[in-house]
Amino acid sequence: MSVLFVLVPLLLVMILNACCKKTMSIVASWLAGLYFLYQAGICVFWKSVWPINNLILFNFDIDALSLLMMLSIAIVAFSSLCVGLSTITESRKKFNFINLLLISVAGMNGVVMVRDLFSLYVFLEVTAVSSFILIALNKEIKDSLEGSFKYFVMSAIATVLMLSSIALLLMFAGDTSFESVRDAVQGTNNFYAVLAVGLFMGGLFIKGGLIPFHGWLPDAYSSAPAGVSVLLAGIVTKTTGIYTLIRVVSEIFGFNETIKSILLLLGIISIFVGAFAALLQTDFKRMLAYSSISQVGYIVLALGTGTGLGIAGAIFHLFNHSIFKTQLFVNSAAVEKQTGTTEMGRYGGLSNSMPVTGWTSVIAFLSTAGIPPFSGFWSKLIIIVALWTAGYHTYAALAILGSLITLAYFLYMQRRVFFGKSDKNSGIKEASIGLLIPAIILALITIGVGVFFPYLVDTIIVPISSIF
Amino acid sequence: MNIDLLLLTILLACSLWAVLTRSLLMSAIALASVSIILTLLMFRLDAPIAAVFELSVCAGLITVIFVSTISLTKPITRVELKQQTKARIKRYWYLPVIVFALAGLLGFFMVFPEVPSLAALPDLDVKDVLWKLRQTDILGQIVIILAGVFGVVVLLKEKMNHDGE
Amino acid sequence: MMVNDSSTLFWVFGIFVVLVAVCGFYCIIVTRNFIRTLIGVELLTKAVTLLIVVCGYVSGRAVISQSLAITVIVVEDVIIAVAAGIVFGIFKNIGSLNVTKMRNLKG
Repeated sequence: MSVLFVLVPLLLVMILNACCKKTMSIVASWLAGLYFLYQAGICVFWKSVWPINNLILFNFDIDALSLLMMLSIAIVAFSSLCVGLSTITESRKKFNFINLLLISVAGMNGVVMVRDLFSLYVFLEVTAVSSFILIALNKEIKDSLEGSFKYFVMSAIATVLMLSSIALLLMFAGDTSFESVRDAVQGTNNFYAVLAVGLFMGGLFIKGGLIPFHGWLPDAYSSAPAGVSVLLAGIVTKTTGIYTLIRVVSEIFGFNETIKSILLLLGIISIFVGAFAALLQTDFKRMLAYSSISQVGYIVLALGTGTGLGIAGAIFHLFNHSIFKTQLFVNSAAVEKQTGTTEMGRYGGLSNSMPVTGWTSVIAFLSTAGIPPFSGFWSKLIIIVALWTAGYHTYAALAILGSLITLAYFLYMQRRVFFGKSDKNSGIKEASIGLLIPAIILALITIGVGVFFPYLVDTIIVPISSIF
Repeated sequence: MNIDLLLLTILLACSLWAVLTRSLLMSAIALASVSIILTLLMFRLDAPIAAVFELSVCAGLITVIFVSTISLTKPITRVELKQQTKARIKRYWYLPVIVFALAGLLGFFMVFPEVPSLAALPDLDVKDVLWKLRQTDILGQIVIILAGVFGVVVLLKEKMNHDGE
Repeated sequence: MMVNDSSTLFWVFGIFVVLVAVCGFYCIIVTRNFIRTLIGVELLTKAVTLLIVVCGYVSGRAVISQSLAITVIVVEDVIIAVAAGIVFGIFKNIGSLNVTKMRNLKG
C-alpha cells in the first residue's frame, strides 16, 4: 500500500498527458492540489485512516520519520503549486510545471520510503532530474540555465561518490539493503568499510549543501523561477541531502567518534559561514539561500551529538525549517511579482502596501531566529539542550551565538525590506490571493506548532526518538 | 589476467584521448570506444546482459545524442581554433602527468588490504528470479524515464515552435 | 590461492577505475566547453559502472551487481540526455558553448 505514494502521482501524470490537452490543462492544477492536500491529510491521520495490510510487492516501508517527511513534502509541494500557478503566465509552461512537480513529489516520496541503499540512489536521481528541468523552465533567462547546469554537475559528482560507495558496500556486505549493510559495517574498522562510509557521506554533503560543498546552492536557488525556488529550498535539498544523512547515519553507519566530530565540525562551520555570507548579500533570494545553509548547519550539528534527543531535535528542526523557509520564499515570490526585482536595495516600506506578506514574513523571520512562542524556538531549544547534555559545551555556546547573529541580521533585513521608508514603493498593491493562501497556511502552522508544542511532544517527538 | 590488463590499458588510453583531443567529434567517438572496451570487460566479468545494455545504450544512444548536439551547435572558426590550441596545451598537459604519476604511486604501493570473502549465496539461476527482488528499482526506472522524456520535450520543444512560426 | 587472486584482480581493476575517474574529473574542472563537461561526467559514470561489476565479480554476487549495473546505465543515460537538452538550451540562448561566458552567478 505504501507504494501508492509513488504510483498515484505517476498515474496522475500519465492521465494528464494521455487525454485531450484543453480540458486537462484546466483540470491539472485542481488534481495536483487535491492530491497534495490528500497526502498531507493521510500523514496527519495515519493511524485512524489507513488499514495496514501487507502487500509485499515493493520494498517500501513507512515509519514515523517517513510520515513526517511526507507531511512536509505535501505542504511544501502545495505551496509551490500555488506560487507556481500565480507567477507563471503561459499555460503551456503551467502544465509542464504541474507535471514535473508531480514527478518530483513521486521521487521524494520514494526517497523517504525505501529500505535499500541502491533504490535510495535511484529515487534521488529521479528527484535530481526533475529539479534540473524545473530550474531551467524559464529558458529565456540565461541565469536559470547556468544555475541548472551547475546543479547538474555537482549532483553528478555526488552521485558518482555515492555509487562507488554502494559498489564497495556490495562487495563488503553482499547486499545493499539497510539491514545487511548495518550488520556488516557497524563496529568494524575494515579499510573498505571506512572508505565506503566516507565516500557516501561525502556525496551526501554535496547534495545537502554544507560548507564547503555548497557551490551550487545559492546559484540554483536564486536563478530558479519563483515556484521552483519554493520547492527546492523547502524540501528538495532537505530530502535528498539531510533526511538521507539522518537515515543513513542513525540506522546504518552508527555513531562512532569520527563521524560525530565530522558532523559537529561541518555543522558549526556551516552555521557561521552561512550567517556571515547572508549578511553580505544584496539579492533577497541569495540571502535566503545562505540562511538556508546556516539552518541546515543546525540540523547537522544536532545530528552530530548522537543522542536520541539530538536526533529528535534535528528532525524537528528539519520540519520547522521547511515550513518557515518555504514561507520566506513564498513571500519573496510575492514581493518579486509586485515590485519586479529581487534586489533588496529597491525594497523598503513594503509592509504598508502589503500587510499580509509583511506580517507573515515577520513570523517566519522570528521563527528562524528562535524566538518564542514560534516553532523555531522549540527546535533550537531542543538542539541546544541536546548539545549541552551530551557534553559539548563549547558547541552549545557557539550555537547560541549563531542564533543571535541570525536574529540580528534578520531584524535588519526585515526593517530594510518591509518597514522603513516607503516613498519609492507606495504604489505597490498586495499580492494576489494565490500567493496569500500558502503564506497564511504556513504562518498558521508555524504559530500552531509553536504554541501547542507541549501537547505535541507525545505525538511527534516521542515516536521519532523511539525509533533510534 | 593478461587480456584484462591489455583491455584496461586500452580503456585508459581511450579515455585519455577523449579528454585531450581537440575536436569534439573525436571526443565523442573516443567515448564510444570506451564503451566498447567496457563491454568487452563486462563480458569477461560474468555480466553479459549488462554488457549488452552498455553497448546498445551508451555506445549507441549517447553517441547519437552527443553527435547531434555537436552538429546542431555552431563550430568555431579556424582562426579561433589556432588561438585556442596553445591555451589548451597549457591547461591540459597536466593530465597525462597526473595519470602516470598516480598509476605509478598506486601500483608500487603494493599493500593490498584483503578483500573480504563472503558466504556463498545459493545460486539464483535465472535473472528473472532476481528481478523479483529489485522491483523498487524498476519502478524508479519507469519514473525516471518518464521524467526524462518530459524533460527533453520541455527543453527542446519551445524552440522548435519558435522556428516553425 | 583464490583469495589472493581475487584481491589482486580487484586492485588492478580498482587502480584503473580510479585513473579513468581522475581523467573524467580533470575534464570537468579544466574544460572551457560545455559539451566536454558532459564527456567528463560520462567518463565518471563509466568508471563507476566498471567498479560495480568488478565488486560483484570479486565477491561472488555477479547476478546482483549485474542488475545494479543495468539500472545505473539506464538512469545515467536519462540524465545525460536531459543535460544535453540543457546544453542545447544554453547554446540557443547565448550562441556559444564557452564556459567563461556563463560565469554570471558567483557561488
